[in-house]
Amino acid sequence: MAESTTRKADLLPADVRGEIDHWLGRFPDDQRQSAVLGALRSVQHHDPQHYLSTEMMDAVADYIGMSEIAVYEVASFYSMYNLEPVGKHEISVCTNISCMLRGSDEIVDHLEKKLDIKLGESTTDGAIFLKKEEECLAACCGAPMMQVDHVYHEHLTIEKVDQIVDQLRGSHD
Amino acid sequence: MSDDLVTIEIDGKPVEAKPGTMLIEVAEAAGVTIPRFCYHKKLSVAANCRMCMVEVEKAPKPLPACATPVNDGMKVHTSSKTAVDAQKGTMEFLLINHPLDCPICDQGGECELQDVAMGYGEGVSRYNEGKRVVMDKNIGPLVATEMTRCIHCTRCVRFGEEIAGMRELGATGRGENMEIGTYIEKSMASEMSGNVIDLCPVGALTAKPSRFAARAWEMIEQPTVAPHDGVGSNLSVHTSNGELVRVVPNENEAINETWLSDRDRFSYEGVNASDRLTKPMIKRENGWRECSWETALNEVTDNLVKINGADISALISPTSTLEEMYLAQKYLRGLGSNSIDSRLRQVDFTDQDSMPLFPWLGCGVDDLEKLDAAVLIGSDARMDHPIIAHRLRKAWLAGGKVMAINPIAYKLNHDLHAMLTASPAQMVSGLALLATKLGAKLPGSLDYASSFKGDEAVVESMAETLKAAENSMLLLGQYAMNSQYASHLRGLLSQIEAHCNIKFGYLPDSGNTTGAWLAGCLPHRGPALSAVTDGKHVVDMLANSDKGYFLWNVEPEFDCADPQRALSALQGASFVVAATSFATDTMKSYANVLLPISAFSESSGTLVNTNGAWQSFNAVSNAQGEARPGWKVLRVLGNLAQQSGFDYTSSTQVRDELKGMCTELPAFSTAVTGEIKYALIEDEPQLQRVSSTNNYRSDAVVRRAAALQRTPEAEDSAVRMNSAELAKLGLNEASQLELRQGMHTASVEVVIDETVPAGCLYLPAATEASAQLGTAFGNIEVKAS
Ligand code: SF4
Ligand code: FES
Ligand code: FES
Repeated sequence: MAESTTRKADLLPADVRGEIDHWLGRFPDDQRQSAVLGALRSVQHHDPQHYLSTEMMDAVADYIGMSEIAVYEVASFYSMYNLEPVGKHEISVCTNISCMLRGSDEIVDHLEKKLDIKLGESTTDGAIFLKKEEECLAACCGAPMMQVDHVYHEHLTIEKVDQIVDQLRGSHD
Repeated sequence: MSDDLVTIEIDGKPVEAKPGTMLIEVAEAAGVTIPRFCYHKKLSVAANCRMCMVEVEKAPKPLPACATPVNDGMKVHTSSKTAVDAQKGTMEFLLINHPLDCPICDQGGECELQDVAMGYGEGVSRYNEGKRVVMDKNIGPLVATEMTRCIHCTRCVRFGEEIAGMRELGATGRGENMEIGTYIEKSMASEMSGNVIDLCPVGALTAKPSRFAARAWEMIEQPTVAPHDGVGSNLSVHTSNGELVRVVPNENEAINETWLSDRDRFSYEGVNASDRLTKPMIKRENGWRECSWETALNEVTDNLVKINGADISALISPTSTLEEMYLAQKYLRGLGSNSIDSRLRQVDFTDQDSMPLFPWLGCGVDDLEKLDAAVLIGSDARMDHPIIAHRLRKAWLAGGKVMAINPIAYKLNHDLHAMLTASPAQMVSGLALLATKLGAKLPGSLDYASSFKGDEAVVESMAETLKAAENSMLLLGQYAMNSQYASHLRGLLSQIEAHCNIKFGYLPDSGNTTGAWLAGCLPHRGPALSAVTDGKHVVDMLANSDKGYFLWNVEPEFDCADPQRALSALQGASFVVAATSFATDTMKSYANVLLPISAFSESSGTLVNTNGAWQSFNAVSNAQGEARPGWKVLRVLGNLAQQSGFDYTSSTQVRDELKGMCTELPAFSTAVTGEIKYALIEDEPQLQRVSSTNNYRSDAVVRRAAALQRTPEAEDSAVRMNSAELAKLGLNEASQLELRQGMHTASVEVVIDETVPAGCLYLPAATEASAQLGTAFGNIEVKAS
């Protein structure tokens, strides 16, 4: 059978393409798949629901020239990629050993109650996504800690968490 | 050679081996079996299951035999305490998450995990925690999944990447959550997808059509040969109480290695289709009724004997066995008819007297993988004969350059070095240009180089590549052989071969195409090249109604180049006998007698594959109802017509008679030789229909194979045109087109395909839609419907 004529890569917006091209430029021509991590990150950042839809992953596969399943493998391997739509702000509470000893479980409990969602869910207003599980983020000296949209918050207390979340909410409205 | 070898010791036994060979292979050759899951001799080494641990002296810990190359003086213990402890440890881990649902698993009884667990597993598990469960996705009608059973050996994943050339299965998720699958719900698209069933060491991937049909130990395994694509893949049929259950490949390094195409694996389902003819039938004034064999055969004899032999035409399916073909032509020639043909889809016979002994590959199937360069001409190699495409892919993996001149951009499992899509006339011009660039001196009747309108740079690059290659080949495919300019294409390739030291081979288009030529199922040649008075070729046979027709496993609306013409010719005949495995209403509309003959697997016989290998087989399943092996039916017909020499007692005798005639054959190549009066190729002012057979509808059995028919490939009947052509006709908005050839019309979905050449409309043949139309190549009109 013949090739279909519309390309799946057509879905990629111009700015995402630009970013992928930037990554492609950093690797040799026969190593194009090395750009997949950067490409997926770029797609996720530009996505209104902050996730990698199958269609967009297929677009990346087509653009870079990898098989689709190979892109799914990468996307499902790394916990930083979201495979379902999530809220705008991403909160990841570290629950690894140091943070656990310093009370991360209470932080998680508090967040779950305050936001009325469970780990792995997003608030109904689409503002906040509570990431399911986060392993040691290499900030043990500041335990307990959490990461909010790539920013580390350390020495957490319930009050501090409230303040951060309220601020996020505020910035969202 | 022996100084290239190293000596190692396996379990105290000295063994010689090539340095660098993996231990597991060397041990295997020495008769020592090491347990394994992920290792497979046709796949890359993954070394991820850890089952093959062995003790190697001086190594600090056990090593995986599949990933340990041998070194001189190595001392290996495959069943020492250290080795067995390691193997048992691995086994315990592998069983942690395995559901142990062997009683309801199709793999039970032939499962590598079961076998190895018998040897290395413990009777009682120490693992009390919950096991993981994997939700299954539907991956299409051919392969059933039960991914909870998967042990993550990745054989199926590597198969996709390395053999099929399309990665469809993968390992998604990570750690405990890793799953093998397609991630999304999606039918596997590989034309060789069924091979993952054999590769999977457990019951995670099994054959869907035979799911729960029989236990492994209840089945009888018998060897036979695949009858669809002329490659002659070796296979085993598994039967239970004489009923077909499933088909698996038999290893043959020269042909199919360990692989089988999906068509060859799953076509068996067609044999038991609901329209199977199980009793002879005869048409009387008040309609069709069943009758005895005696009545049917007498009716046939009485009627055919009455007709002047020259007024009988015979259409013989190119999937028939050599014995059937030989006897059919013997019987018909005995009746006085030479109008016998099995080239049912072809239309150009200009050069038939100049053809070689038979149109064949010109080399072994396995030689294809050694090519430095190959040009496919008019061939959808991947779907036409997946095993040949796989060999070409191996050539490509080894650095060979594969090119194509095709009607549309057929997809292969690898990149093409250069590709041209061309209309039928332009295909001739392009090839003529290529021949000229290669230095061939073309006779005037073939010199169309100057009328080439396509991209000359592509032809140039093909010529350069061919010139630079030492071992190159031009391969003429099904599409080319069936096109209206087939003789020109054959002539051009012969010229190139003669002048430029580039071999030329024919790709087979059906199970026994090659055999048909040897057996003399042709109007212009008897068996083994013997001379005969010319009869009519298939196009002439159907141009007007003949008095009598003899059909052998043919459904003309799907199997002939011009379905509607074939039907109307048959309907106008005074007597039509159809020997067939299936009975359809269409057949009943033109036939007078239907003779139930055995289908694939029910009769003994021989198929000659594309490299000339005669492969004989026995009947491997019970015939349905009163169906009889074709050669026996023909034997009785010969005797009833009082012809001499029909006293065979076995199909082997028939084969040997023909074989005897073939011993004195002259040497032959693939080229056409002698004076040929080629037709003048006109411009193509009107929209041209071009066609290639939909391979999942290629013959009567395949068309009835239920699971294959549910694949997207089988459903492909859409017409393809490029958007400029559609716009020119004002049809760019249409989703459905009405096609018209003469008085015949069909309404077909349209797909925009920019690779279809200007002025052409591509329509797959052998589909329900194409059956309503006329000839596969030629003028066609379209409008929106
Ligand atoms: S499905 Fe079978 S072949 Fe594929 S990884 Fe799992 S066990 Fe191996
Ligand atoms: S354990 Fe939380 S940052 Fe290391
Ligand atoms: S067979 Fe050696 S690690 Fe799997």
